[in-house]
Amino acid sequence: MLTKENILTLLEEVKDPEIPVLSLVDLGVITGVEVSKDDHVTVNMTPTFAGCPAMDYMKKDVERTLEKHGITNYKVNMTFDKPWDSNKLSEKGRKQLKEFGLAPPPKYDLILDLDILEHVKCPYCDSDNTDMRTPFGPTLCRSMHYCNNCKQMFEQFKPL
Amino acid sequence: MNEQAIKDLLYKLADDQLILGHRNSEWTGFGPILEEDIAFSSMAQDKIGHSLAFYTLLQELGEAEPDTVAFTRNANQFHNSHLVELPNGEYDFSLIRHFLYDNAEIIRFEMLSQSSYEPIAKVATKLKGEVKYHVLHANTWIKNLGSSTEEAILRLQSSLNEAMPYALAMFEKSNYEQELIDAGVYAGEEAVKAEWLKRIQAVIEKTDLKLPDLTTIEPKFGGRYGEHTEHLQPLLDEMAEVFKIDPTAEW
Repeated sequence: MLTKENILTLLEEVKDPEIPVLSLVDLGVITGVEVSKDDHVTVNMTPTFAGCPAMDYMKKDVERTLEKHGITNYKVNMTFDKPWDSNKLSEKGRKQLKEFGLAPPPKYDLILDLDILEHVKCPYCDSDNTDMRTPFGPTLCRSMHYCNNCKQMFEQFKPL
Repeated sequence: MNEQAIKDLLYKLADDQLILGHRNSEWTGFGPILEEDIAFSSMAQDKIGHSLAFYTLLQELGEAEPDTVAFTRNANQFHNSHLVELPNGEYDFSLIRHFLYDNAEIIRFEMLSQSSYEPIAKVATKLKGEVKYHVLHANTWIKNLGSSTEEAILRLQSSLNEAMPYALAMFEKSNYEQELIDAGVYAGEEAVKAEWLKRIQAVIEKTDLKLPDLTTIEPKFGGRYGEHTEHLQPLLDEMAEVFKIDPTAEW
């Protein structure tokens, strides 16, 4: 018999296509899994940013992974019911982001001000002596910063 | 709730985002500095994503699918404000438009996140977080450039004067205005406009720019009712060029 936990474990295999160390579960875009009595699986997903071009790809990846494990009776929905915010990233996900070289977003009260954006800890040397160069990076979910300590540009997974 | 009223509101929101998204994308490869090139390109991607979210709600209400709605209508079927369809002009004009538009849009999304119409409330709750970055970007540049060199201030002032009649028409009321307010869908255009004035004034006060005397300005109405400037149809033709080669293509 399938359980919600089984499915979440399977979905750990599905990684963010741009950040291959980070699973969709740890990213927080899997917002719900339900298994009905007759083993019908419903997975709800939500985009990080509404214009994220990778969402279709991620959805198909979830479907492929379910099928690979012999689950054919499923439905994957993309919904804004529980909208994504950066607090939904798991602790494990934050650690993986940092190891990948991306500063994780701070946990915050969802009121965005300049301080949150400007004082980002460098993922390479942990210095706070950094400047934001632009809130718009190579993808919608990343901003660009410069570390005055180790003299490197780095990217942050944006708080949202 | 009158479905037509909801559709009218959704078209207005979606079309504004789609058209300004397209205009922003025209900066890709042409930005005055690399960071601005990337910023306008990113905002373009966000806005087109936002239009998709609203067109998807329209599809759920029985309208055609998002690509069809976005790429096969003619100018007279679009409900965007004239402000978003105007050509980019010089960077100062694009920046001023971005400032005036996004400060209004975030208020709309904030109000709509409280909407009694749940599907809109959910989408608006999501999008208001993203638009914060757009507003932050616009306000930062207006503050920096609006109190910098004489040329920057003159150019921005001239663009502000030029854009204002179009900006005021963002708040053109729909035929369903009172109905939407009574049903708690949102607080209405007058309320959005009043809050918008407060917020843009607060930024402009920190610069050497002057808000034009709004009582003497005639807003350029018509966009919400399908009457557009000569600039919209050529933009739509270009936007739909690839789609129209083979509308049934699988991507």
